[in-house]
Amino acid sequence: MSRPQLKILDRVARVLPQIVVAPSFALILFFVYGFIIWTGYISLTKSKMLPNYNLIGFRPYERLFQMDRWSVALENLFIFGFLFIVIAIVIGCLLAILLDQKIRAEGAIRTIYLYPMAISFIITGTAWKWIMNPSLGLETVVRGWGWESFSFGWTNSETMAVYALVMAAVWQASGFVMALFLSALRSVDQDIIKAASLDGASPWKIYIRIILPSMRPVFMSAVVILAHLAIKSFDLVVALTGGGPGYASTLPANFMYEMTFRRNEIAVGAASAMIMLATVAAIMVPYLYSELRGKKHG
Amino acid sequence: MKSFAKALVSAVALSSAISAAPLMAEPKAEVLHYWTSGGEAKAVKALQEAFSARGGTWIDAPVAGGGGDAQAAVLRARVLAGDPPAAVQIKGPNIQEWAEAGALADLSDVAAAQNWDSVLPETIQAIVKYEGNYVAVPVNVHRVDWIWANPEVLAKVGATVPTTWDEFNETAEKLLAAGIIPLAHGGQPWQDATVFETVVLGIGGVEFYRKALVELDMDALGSDTMVKVFDQMRKMRGYVDPDFPGRDWNLATAMVMRGEAAMQIMGDWAKGEFAAAGKVPGKDYTCASTPSDNGYLLNSDSFAMFNVKGDDLVEGQNLLAELILGTEFQETFNLFKGSVPARTDVPRGEFDECAIKSMDDMVAAADGGTLLGSMAHEIAQAGAVRGAFIDIATAHFNSDMSSQEAVEKLVSAIKLAQ
Repeated sequence: MSRPQLKILDRVARVLPQIVVAPSFALILFFVYGFIIWTGYISLTKSKMLPNYNLIGFRPYERLFQMDRWSVALENLFIFGFLFIVIAIVIGCLLAILLDQKIRAEGAIRTIYLYPMAISFIITGTAWKWIMNPSLGLETVVRGWGWESFSFGWTNSETMAVYALVMAAVWQASGFVMALFLSALRSVDQDIIKAASLDGASPWKIYIRIILPSMRPVFMSAVVILAHLAIKSFDLVVALTGGGPGYASTLPANFMYEMTFRRNEIAVGAASAMIMLATVAAIMVPYLYSELRGKKHG
Repeated sequence: MKSFAKALVSAVALSSAISAAPLMAEPKAEVLHYWTSGGEAKAVKALQEAFSARGGTWIDAPVAGGGGDAQAAVLRARVLAGDPPAAVQIKGPNIQEWAEAGALADLSDVAAAQNWDSVLPETIQAIVKYEGNYVAVPVNVHRVDWIWANPEVLAKVGATVPTTWDEFNETAEKLLAAGIIPLAHGGQPWQDATVFETVVLGIGGVEFYRKALVELDMDALGSDTMVKVFDQMRKMRGYVDPDFPGRDWNLATAMVMRGEAAMQIMGDWAKGEFAAAGKVPGKDYTCASTPSDNGYLLNSDSFAMFNVKGDDLVEGQNLLAELILGTEFQETFNLFKGSVPARTDVPRGEFDECAIKSMDDMVAAADGGTLLGSMAHEIAQAGAVRGAFIDIATAHFNSDMSSQEAVEKLVSAIKLAQ
């Protein structure tokens, strides 16, 4: 009597995980991948104010790459993304190493460095906008101290505005990178370090030769997290520079918004979104590939 | 998904239709707008009260923020879902685009009954008509080509408000020498474009403006006159202070009020800032049109009526249209908003000196054929073309691009956007 019943329960138990994840799987399939396909399709049409479903080929992409605003946005993305990732990792790593020296009040200091990450980019952008405003920020303060020739008008300069973005973004993210590295530092096998120092290796050599190489996976995670932060950056630009002066500091996400929602150029906006997706994929796919391959070997 | 949304929308529509059924054909209108702050909100409230007083049910659908961008997204979604609001605040060529998409209702009956053709200037009629039929109702007219000046500051260098661009440059040089900022300006793309279009009108004249910015004549866009326009823009760049990037327009207005700067080129919404600070026109500030051959750049807000089903909704649209263009509402609304009425026969008693000058100039410009739509404010151009103009104007103003290069970029950008 009880045997068939058990069998049914057994079966249910076996498919239960599938049943439980099915709704979220379906939702993600539709709302993420479905709309990626929709956007890809729209980017091959001549949609203007309203979506239009007649395919016209790659004309929107041609127009996209003829637009000066887009080339500026793309170039900015590379400058911003590269500097942001490199500087945030270097600073985060240094902070983590310094915090790892068994100093007093480490918990409090760690929290202080980590906190900027809890602030939204809008706030970061607005605060830095005021700090970098020549007439009420840092420049005025330093000049007030007597350094009359000091000048710090990055947000007002066509060539420097994108570096102002880097600065604010690094300020926000490096504490987070520090936390990542700190936990990795703590998980390094202490016996190896002891063995190395018994062999007479200097602390510097231990970091360079042993600890940092063993943290390779953390470097990878940091790069991936920071890279997607960089590519989807939108609010920081809006709050800090408004894309200006002119459109000198726009990023692709701002371009996409401008085209799709303000200029009745849905097809071009969709095309730019697809290029952004391709950029993310160019970073993510090799990473996932190496991760998955690594797991098989391990 | 789309069919599900449709089903949902029709279910909601059905249930509201059932509940509304006993009150047959009582006027009702859902109004989608982005007037949510200050004088604008008061102005909308006045319309709402007038509508209720005539027995109508007003469903308010304000979408705050983004200068209409957020509203445009809502509108697109509503139309695609087959459930458009009755009246929507849209303007300029966007009206034509929606009309072309077949989404707008015909208002010819109200227009004929209220005799709109005889009270609206032709330039404004052209904005709100599609294939000869009214599809939208103009609410107001803002003039864009204004100089707001602080007479006291100008007097310091023995100058008055300039009436030619040469005089403008001379006065500006004198102000610079005296350590005063000649031009209060905010470096946001739309503000750069606002100055740009007044310079196009001033340097090129009415006909050139019409050819280049309205008809997009490639010869005019690539002409030597356009080079001169950019030369003047380069001079103007020297007349603003170094902190101008990103500044909001009302902060620039405040600089004129405080006497830090002498002049601002801005539409007449700037008047609201002066009024809020208790400043008196003619005494604390003067309003003058930017130098041109009697040109008048207008920015006009309007409500377009969308195709809706149901007697009560159509009734509501007609009543709304009648009220919006009625003398009474045109007067109250524009007093709140700081603009002038779109119709030319509204009593002038309550309006200030700048508004009266604006009304006189508008009538004169309409008669003389020099009444033009603003490019920067989405009357002459919208969407991609307007964006292309703004891109080039702001890129030139904020860099050291040569005038020749700017003209070349302008021609290719406009071609690309068409």
